[in-house]
Amino acid sequence: MANEEARKHILSILVDNQPGVLSRIAGLFSGRGFNIESLCVAETTDPLVSRITLVTTGDMSIVEQIKKQLNKLINVVKVIDFTDIAFVQREMALVKVRAKPEHRAEILRTVDIFRSRVVDAGSQYYIVEITGDEGKVAAFLNLLKPMGISEIARTGAIALPREKK
Amino acid sequence: MKALQEEGVDTIFGYPGGAVIEIYDELAKTDIRHILVRHEQGAVHAADGYARASGGVGVCLVTSGPGATNTVSGIASAYMDSVPVVVLTGQVPSQLIGNDAFQEVDIVGITRPCTKHNYLVQHVEDLARTIKEAFYIARSGRPGPVLIDLPKDVVQSTTHYKPVKDIRLKSYNPTYEPNVKQLPKAVKIIKEAKKPVVFAGGGVILSRAAKELTELARKIHAPVTTTLMGLGAFPAKDPLWLGMIGMHGTYRANMSSAECDLLIAVGVRFDDRVTGKTDTFAPKAKIIHIDIDPTSIRKNIPVTIPVVGDCKITLRKLNSLLSKEKMGNLKQKRKPWLSQIAEWKATKPLAYEQKEVIKPQFVVEKLYELTKGRAIITTEVGQNQMWAAQYYHFDSPNAFITSGGLGCMGFGLPAAIGAQVAHPDSLVVDIAGDGSIQMNIQEMATATQYNLPVKIVILNNSYLGMVRQWQELFFDRCYACTGLDHAPDFVKLAEAYGAVGLRATRPDEVVSILKKGLAIKKPVIMDFVVEPEECVYPMVPAGAPITEMLLV
Repeated sequence: MANEEARKHILSILVDNQPGVLSRIAGLFSGRGFNIESLCVAETTDPLVSRITLVTTGDMSIVEQIKKQLNKLINVVKVIDFTDIAFVQREMALVKVRAKPEHRAEILRTVDIFRSRVVDAGSQYYIVEITGDEGKVAAFLNLLKPMGISEIARTGAIALPREKK
Repeated sequence: MKALQEEGVDTIFGYPGGAVIEIYDELAKTDIRHILVRHEQGAVHAADGYARASGGVGVCLVTSGPGATNTVSGIASAYMDSVPVVVLTGQVPSQLIGNDAFQEVDIVGITRPCTKHNYLVQHVEDLARTIKEAFYIARSGRPGPVLIDLPKDVVQSTTHYKPVKDIRLKSYNPTYEPNVKQLPKAVKIIKEAKKPVVFAGGGVILSRAAKELTELARKIHAPVTTTLMGLGAFPAKDPLWLGMIGMHGTYRANMSSAECDLLIAVGVRFDDRVTGKTDTFAPKAKIIHIDIDPTSIRKNIPVTIPVVGDCKITLRKLNSLLSKEKMGNLKQKRKPWLSQIAEWKATKPLAYEQKEVIKPQFVVEKLYELTKGRAIITTEVGQNQMWAAQYYHFDSPNAFITSGGLGCMGFGLPAAIGAQVAHPDSLVVDIAGDGSIQMNIQEMATATQYNLPVKIVILNNSYLGMVRQWQELFFDRCYACTGLDHAPDFVKLAEAYGAVGLRATRPDEVVSILKKGLAIKKPVIMDFVVEPEECVYPMVPAGAPITEMLLV
């Protein structure tokens, strides 16, 4: 099989909003040895449909098989692969960073540069909210690391295709 | 109940229990026939055998907890072999779900990966629609088992029955019609091929496309091999027949897959038992792959021309396109290829030598001759299954019922019961081993209770023969735990169940015992004491290229 390199794929999966559907999808990935890097699920504007945004890695043949297997699930309405189409991608992280007095100005400056926000300020820690694509979040975390990140909560990626031009 | 009857259900295989007692109470008031099995695994296998023999949907009904878990092997087998079965399981009342209640188990969770789909019905109003959907999903597209879990309170409550008309699921739409662009491409490479092989699987049987497949093979004058599941899709009497392909395939079938320049794969999924080492499978061939399930295509083997579609519809269209083509003098053109195959056949045929101990192959061959190939054959799993596949030559579809994908020992007897229920007047024979038959031997009671005259041919080698064979060939004859010295006396066992037991220990008794047994209008166990260390040949070691066969 023409095995080109493994790369990241963002899949957007529209599913019936029913109990057990997420477990069918997660079970499919674990049962067939596919890999989930991140996963986000929420209802769409249609309360009967949820959107799952899932990031996975694999070469074309594996991702092809993943898409076919997903489509085979009765509760999956639609699978969109964002590879090779223009799309917008975001993820969010809440970062609890140590706020020593001598670091506070530096943290606030970084927050400003990245157009993020401090959502909670305490005597020891700030909690910062950052939104952006994967690269931006990673760069932001890199800059905060020296100050001491004590906890972090991250969403996986969510994505939507851009309007066709 | 009404919903079930509307689906044309006239037979249910089941086993009652506390959680389904209301359903049984209602069932007794209908004219649906209930076959009481002796173990829930038997119920699913019987429904499986019934579905395959009848071409309909098999139905079973079991209780919650252990009743449900006992069905799992049967469901997994039906899933692997794409058999339409609907399994109704009882469940504890809704308010107790999740409380570890008595006989509670999350059967929807357990069977999620081995059903085509499953349901937990939460409101009685949803029941009729769910049943309708379940049958639709089970029988359409690539068929498969569907499970419906029924909490006790849901079946206790009543509602006004509104018949559900059409089922349309926005997220489920099997592709029956092939893409029109793909077929002309297929025609083109068929015309160019010098050494084509048609390779058919269970999909051809399921979509009832045996006639179309035979037409295709004869039209393009191409030899045909099938998988285990595809046996019967092409008449074994036909000179173009190559025999089965794969681990225990014939020499000529395996060799021609390696040498062919075109493989027309229809309704197959390129299982590892067929392909052996995948990178050396059909190395010289372009491959046309026709299957209704897109996930089967390019899963294991790269394909030149994929065609997603129903086998019957696709083959019919392909045949009509081919009819318009000038193919030239095919007989002449195929001569070198077919004579090569004939040479393989002549030099390395399926063979065994019948000496003073009964050979299992001899029993199957005699069974074939005596039944003129017209019996419905079910098998257990292991050597018995392979000898049945090799030496009982199937000419028509739906006559060979075996647990192919899962390889579930204990399948044959309940499946034979199911097939016999579907065809009361046909001769149904379970070709069994002394190991497998003991896995669901309790179903003898079912056979005698309903006077289902199934015939069980035990090829008794006092071993778990297939594993013993591997131990002989690859583990230095260390027969760890494969000896079955403490098997019951199968003749007495048959009699204990109220059936007939017969035994043959010498080759000259084989035909007379078979004749006698087949003529009895009751369930019969025929115990053939065969050569203990006979092996199934040819054999391709697991993971090796399929041309590297161990021959006798």
